[in-house]
Amino acid sequence: MSDTILNIENITKSFPRVIANKKVTFDIKKNAVHAILGENGAGKSTLVKILYGLLEPDEGNIKLNNKDFKVNSPAEARKQGIGMVFQHFSLFDSLSVKENLILGIDEKMSYSDLENKLENISSRYNLPLDLDAPITALSAGEKQRVEIVRILLQDPQILIMDEPTSVLTPQEVESLFVTLNALVKEGRTILYITHKLEEVISICDTVTIMRSGEIIDTSSTANQTAKTLATKMLGQKLDDLKTNYGHIKDEVNFKVKNISCDFNDPFLTDLKNISFQVRVGEIYGIAGVAGNGQSELMDILTGENINIKSGSITFDNKKIEKYGPQKRRDLSISFVPENRLGHSAVPELSLSENILLSQFPKNNFIRNGIILRNNVDDFANNVINEFKVITPGNDAKASSLSGGNLQKYVIGREISSKPKILIISHPTWGIDAGAEHSIRESLIELSQNGTSIIVISQDLDELIEITHKISVIYDGNLSKPFKTSEIEIEKLGLLMGGKNE
Amino acid sequence: MNSLFPSIVSRSQSSGLMNFFVPIISIVLTLITGSIIFVLLGFDPVYALYTFFISPISSTYGISELFVKATPLALIAIGLSYCFKNNIYNIGAEGQLTMGAIFGGGIGILFHDTNAFWLLPLMIFAGAIGGALWGLIPAILKTKFNTNEILTSLMLVYVALFILDYLVVGPWKDPFGYSFPKSRPFSESGRMPLLFDGLRVHFGLIITLFLIFVSWFIFSKTIFGFQLKVSGYSPKAARYAGFNQTTLVFFAFAICGAFAGIAGLAEVSGPIGLLYRDISPNYGFTAIIVAFLGRLHPIGIIFASLVIALTYLGAEDAQLFLQIPSAVGFIFQGLVLFYLLGAELLINYKLTYKKLL
Repeated sequence: MSDTILNIENITKSFPRVIANKKVTFDIKKNAVHAILGENGAGKSTLVKILYGLLEPDEGNIKLNNKDFKVNSPAEARKQGIGMVFQHFSLFDSLSVKENLILGIDEKMSYSDLENKLENISSRYNLPLDLDAPITALSAGEKQRVEIVRILLQDPQILIMDEPTSVLTPQEVESLFVTLNALVKEGRTILYITHKLEEVISICDTVTIMRSGEIIDTSSTANQTAKTLATKMLGQKLDDLKTNYGHIKDEVNFKVKNISCDFNDPFLTDLKNISFQVRVGEIYGIAGVAGNGQSELMDILTGENINIKSGSITFDNKKIEKYGPQKRRDLSISFVPENRLGHSAVPELSLSENILLSQFPKNNFIRNGIILRNNVDDFANNVINEFKVITPGNDAKASSLSGGNLQKYVIGREISSKPKILIISHPTWGIDAGAEHSIRESLIELSQNGTSIIVISQDLDELIEITHKISVIYDGNLSKPFKTSEIEIEKLGLLMGGKNE
Repeated sequence: MNSLFPSIVSRSQSSGLMNFFVPIISIVLTLITGSIIFVLLGFDPVYALYTFFISPISSTYGISELFVKATPLALIAIGLSYCFKNNIYNIGAEGQLTMGAIFGGGIGILFHDTNAFWLLPLMIFAGAIGGALWGLIPAILKTKFNTNEILTSLMLVYVALFILDYLVVGPWKDPFGYSFPKSRPFSESGRMPLLFDGLRVHFGLIITLFLIFVSWFIFSKTIFGFQLKVSGYSPKAARYAGFNQTTLVFFAFAICGAFAGIAGLAEVSGPIGLLYRDISPNYGFTAIIVAFLGRLHPIGIIFASLVIALTYLGAEDAQLFLQIPSAVGFIFQGLVLFYLLGAELLINYKLTYKKLL
C-alpha cells in the first residue's frame, strides 16, 4: 500500500525580483521519508511554506489524499493533517515544557489528558521529555523534541522537517533518525528539507532535487550516491572560465592560521582551525551552503569580532587578529559584508555620508575632527560616475537605491581607495544580472592591479567565474584550496554537503 | 467583512514633509483636546486658552519669565539629544541637574563671603563636572554590566534628590536660617548676572544659546556627531566602520550630564541664589518632551522649549484666574508627548484592517 498522499502539480510562486517556484510538480508517497534537496535559494522553503499555509501559490494545485488541498494558515494546515517543525524554534523560553505544549496546540486540553497523551508519544517515538523543565535549560536537540511532540499531539499525517539537523550534535541527529523511523513505521509521511547529501542517503526513501526554483529530478535514493546527488543539485557549472593566472605573484601577503572560535550559541557555527593564505593579486573563493560559519568567519576577517580562541591573521608580516576594523583599514585592508542595509551602508543616511563609514588614511576626509564635506562629496560623485550608480545625486538616501545600485556604490567606495586586500561577502547577492556582471568585472580588474581578494559566496557560478582558488567551508571547517581551473564539480558538491573522502 | 481591530503595518517610505509637520500637528491636537477638557470643566474654552497661553506672555515681565523657564529646558534637551541620537535613553537628567546644583552650589556656599570674578566660572565648571560624573554612573553600568540605562539613570534621580535633601537639612544648612531647610545664600559674584534690570532673565540664557550653537556644529560638522548618528541608526554599521561604541556611550552621557549640571547650577545661582529642596519643577523630565518635540534638532529645541515653558506659566495663571490646579500644566505636557508619539507611529506605520474570511 504505497500509494500517493500528496500530489503537487504545477506550483508557481514568484516574488518581485525572482521566481521562487517554477511549475513544480511531483508526488509524495505515503509512509515514507521524502527529501527535498537543494542549495540555498533553490526554492525549497517557498514550497513548504505553501504547503503549510504561510504562502499562497500564484498557480497550481495540491491534492491531499486525492482531494483538493488549499489552506490559508498554518492552523488550517494542521487541521488537515500537515505539521511542520521549523529550523528556528518558536518556544517561550521562560515557560516550562508542559506550558509550551499546552499553549502550542489548537484544541483545548487539560493537563492530565496532556500527560497521558505525552507518555504514549514519548515512549512510542523515542522522545523523552522532562515536562517541568524550563525551555531555557534545554539543549537544542531537546527543544526540537518539544517542537516535534507539540506537532505529534495533533496526530499529523505529514510532518515537514526544515533542515532539522542544522543545530544538532551528531548524537542528537542519531536519536532524531530513530524517531523519524518510528513515525514512518506508524504510517506517517515525512517531508525532509535539507542540503546535506549524506542525510538524504541514510534516512530518505525518495528525493526531489530542486535548483533555481525548478524540479530537476525525483527518484528513489536506493541507487543514488552522494556524487550523483551533488551533480544534480549544483548542475554542470564548469563553462565560461575566463580567469587569468598570469598576474599572480608568488608572494603570500594575507595568511590566516589555525583560527578557532567558540560561540556557545546554537544558531552560530563555531570555527574550527581555519587556515588559508592568499597571494598578491589572487582571488580566493570560500564556497559553502549558508550557515556553515561564513558570517562568523567574515566578522573575524573584518575585525568586528576579535574574540578568537586561538590562531592568527598575518598581513605584511604583522599579526592583525586583535586589530579592530579601523586599524585594519589603516593597513589598506578593505571589507564589504554581506548585508548592505544597516551593515556596509546606513539606509537613513545620504550616499555622501555613507562614504564616511569606511575611511582610509589617504582619503583626507577629516581634519581635526571636522568633516571636510567637499572632499567627501567629490569622492562620492567619483564613485557614482565611475561605477555607473543610478541615483539623483550624492545627497540621495542610501535606502532610495535599488539593491544592485547600492551594492555597486558600496563596492565602488571600497575599490576606489585601492586597497591591498579586499574581503567581500556575497558580492552579488540579490541583485540584477547587469549589476552582477559589472561587479564581477571590477573585482577581476582590481585583482589584476595587484589587490588580493577574498570572496565568500554561496554562488558557485560566481566563484568559478572569478576566483583562482576555492576552498569549501562546512560546519566551521575550511577545506584545503583547489585551483579553480582544475576543479571537479562533484568534489566541490561533496565538500559542500559535508562529505570529505 | 473586516476585523474590528486594526493591525499595524510598516510603511515602506515615510513622508519627509509629514516628518517636519509632526510637532505642529501635535501642538494643534493638544490645543483641541485642551479646549475639550476646559469645556468639560465648565469654562469658556476661548477664555481658558487665552488665560493659559496668551495672558502669561502679554507683558515684558511675562516674556522674561518665559525665557527663564525655557533656558534650563532647552539646555537639558540639547544635552539629551547627544544620548537620544545615539539611541541611549537617559531619563535621569533631573538627577544630573541636581548633582550639578550640588557641586556648583557647594562651591558657592564654600565661598559665600568671597566676591571675585572667578567664582561664577568656577561654580559653572563644578556644576558641569557634578552632572557629568552623575551621568557617567549609568554609562559605566551599561557598558560594563549591560544594565538598562532607563532604569539606572531614573533611579539615580532619586538618589541625587535625597543627597540634596540631606545636605540642606544637615551639613549645609544656613546657620542663620532659623532651621529652614536651605543653605546660605551665595555671594553676589556667585550669582548669574541679570540681562535686564528688573527682569529675572539671566546670563544662563546666553550660555544656553552658546551651547546650542556648539552642539549644532558638533552634530552637523564633526566626525563625532556623525559617529553618534550612525551608532544610533545602526550599531552594526558603526561596528563595521570601527567606531568605538563604548566611548560614544561615555561621551553622550558625560555631555548630557554636564549640560544638565550647568542648567541646575544656573537655576540655583540665577533665580534662586541658594540651595534648597525644590530647585527644579521637573525640568529634567520635561526636557525629554522638549527634545522630542524639537526633533533633536538645535533650532527645533529652541522653539519646543518656549512652547513647553509656556505650559508652566499657563498653569500658574490658570491656578490664579480659573482656580484650576496647576497640575493642568502637566496634562498639557502629557498631551503633547502623547500626540507626538502617536503621530510618529502613524508616519512610520499604517493601520490596516485585515479581511476576515
